Amino acid sequence: MEEILEVLEKNGRQTPAEIATMLGKTEAEVAAAIADFEARHVINAYTAIINWDLTGTERVTALIEVKLTPERDRGFDKVAERIYNFPEVKSCYLMSGGFDLTVVIEDTTMKEVALFVAEKLAPVPGVTSTATHFILKKYKDKGFVFGTPTVDDREHVIL
Amino acid sequence: MTFSPKGLLQPRVRDLPPSGIRKFFDLVNEMKDAISLSVGEPDFVTPWRVREAGIYSLEQGHTHYSPNAGFQQLRQSIARYLSRSIGTDYDPANEIIVTVGGSEAIDLALRAVAGPGDEVIIPEPSFVAYKPCATLTGATAVSLPLDEKDQFKLTPEKLQSVLTDRTKAIIFPFPNNPTGAIMTREDIEKIVPILADRDILVLSDEIYSELSYDGPHVSISTFPGMRNRTVVMNGFSKAFAMTGWRLGYAAGHPDIIGAMYKIHQYGIMCAPTTAQYAGIEALDHCMDEVAEMSREYNRRRRVMLKGFRDAGMDCFEAMGAFYLFPLVRVTGMTSAEFCEKLLMEEKVALVPGEAFGDCGHGFVRACYAYSVDNITEAMVRVKRFVEKYRK
Repeated sequence: MEEILEVLEKNGRQTPAEIATMLGKTEAEVAAAIADFEARHVINAYTAIINWDLTGTERVTALIEVKLTPERDRGFDKVAERIYNFPEVKSCYLMSGGFDLTVVIEDTTMKEVALFVAEKLAPVPGVTSTATHFILKKYKDKGFVFGTPTVDDREHVIL
Repeated sequence: MTFSPKGLLQPRVRDLPPSGIRKFFDLVNEMKDAISLSVGEPDFVTPWRVREAGIYSLEQGHTHYSPNAGFQQLRQSIARYLSRSIGTDYDPANEIIVTVGGSEAIDLALRAVAGPGDEVIIPEPSFVAYKPCATLTGATAVSLPLDEKDQFKLTPEKLQSVLTDRTKAIIFPFPNNPTGAIMTREDIEKIVPILADRDILVLSDEIYSELSYDGPHVSISTFPGMRNRTVVMNGFSKAFAMTGWRLGYAAGHPDIIGAMYKIHQYGIMCAPTTAQYAGIEALDHCMDEVAEMSREYNRRRRVMLKGFRDAGMDCFEAMGAFYLFPLVRVTGMTSAEFCEKLLMEEKVALVPGEAFGDCGHGFVRACYAYSVDNITEAMVRVKRFVEKYRK
């Protein structure tokens, strides 16, 4: 049933009936498996991968390296929670290496991002430093390359 | 006196019939917006790390000839791959030759053993090159029509019916283009006793070996007495989506490989150097990508099979390669009529089955090396078409 996840990760719009055909299972089996994945939060959401650069909408994405002081008994989790609960935070990962958290922020302007870091993120108790990097261009996101669509240029050779 | 080039042509070449589907393909090529399920190659691009290895070899200036039989490192990689995938061990020093695609391996093997007076058995429907390659050696190409009721497998009865004292070689084309048929261990067990006590060479074309959906591919070379009677022919085109690189190989008894080597070294010199560097990377590091592509083909196979059956066309469940071979009789048309009408009216291109041997009449080949979206849309159109012309 893991293969259902492989299919959905590529195309979240595939219906249980379609997946059932692809995997040689019944629609009921697939629907039950998906319901189970959802209940256990293996599947958390179905979203679209959007290249906002091609729309008129102004969007700024920043990747912020955050250093933390861990809390007694609770480590980094409590501090991380105070950070990832801000809706501006799109992703938040605990890291190995020279800093502790990677926080990805999306907002309308660079100023908004800078204000968020200065007024919300940096003052969170336990945060000792931040380093903000603005993303200039997205080439690839979640396995999908942004750019010109691929063209099927296979020739009709006789074989 | 007027110069007549035709008069110079060697009769075997002159008399070779042109491909029957060339005209049809010309028509398909003109129709740019058609959904074509008629090509015979992967839609995937070669995995990036393979392409990158090829680019790196160029950056390093590896632009010269390779040894005639192919780089030793590549032959070693091929030997390791064959050992772990089919379970037959070959000595990279004298039992493996690297060729320009699997096609060259077929041609070399036939030229190495067959000649005037010999017979070469060609199970059909099958890849379009076997018969011409056999004919060009001067041998007689003996068509062996396989049946849909046998799921296009080679049965012992069929095999017995065409064997003669002149039989020199048999093509063993499984998983099969165009039918998608495979030969399981049990299927092969039944025919091995017929072959194992004769001086007949088995040319086992295993180019689709990684695309076998009913368990791992079984090679006839692994059966008792068959290793030295078999030339395993394979390549990188289908498994690694490397059709344009033109890289294949053959493995077998040193006497046969040695004979093939002689033809290869004078006619070809060596397979492309860049492709060989890429091939090493493919065999040594890309089996995960191969498995992923195979799983994806298998999903598409099921979608397409359901599509044809929902449209009312009979179609046996093929378990190999990336083709289905449904029957068109529900429409009362010949396969050529079916393909031409379907292309003109619904803009879907399939290949008439007779392109792969006379016994392919009444069938069409549909390739599922296309996205699920493309296949789904094509099947909607096929269904509409069949409903319109159903007899």
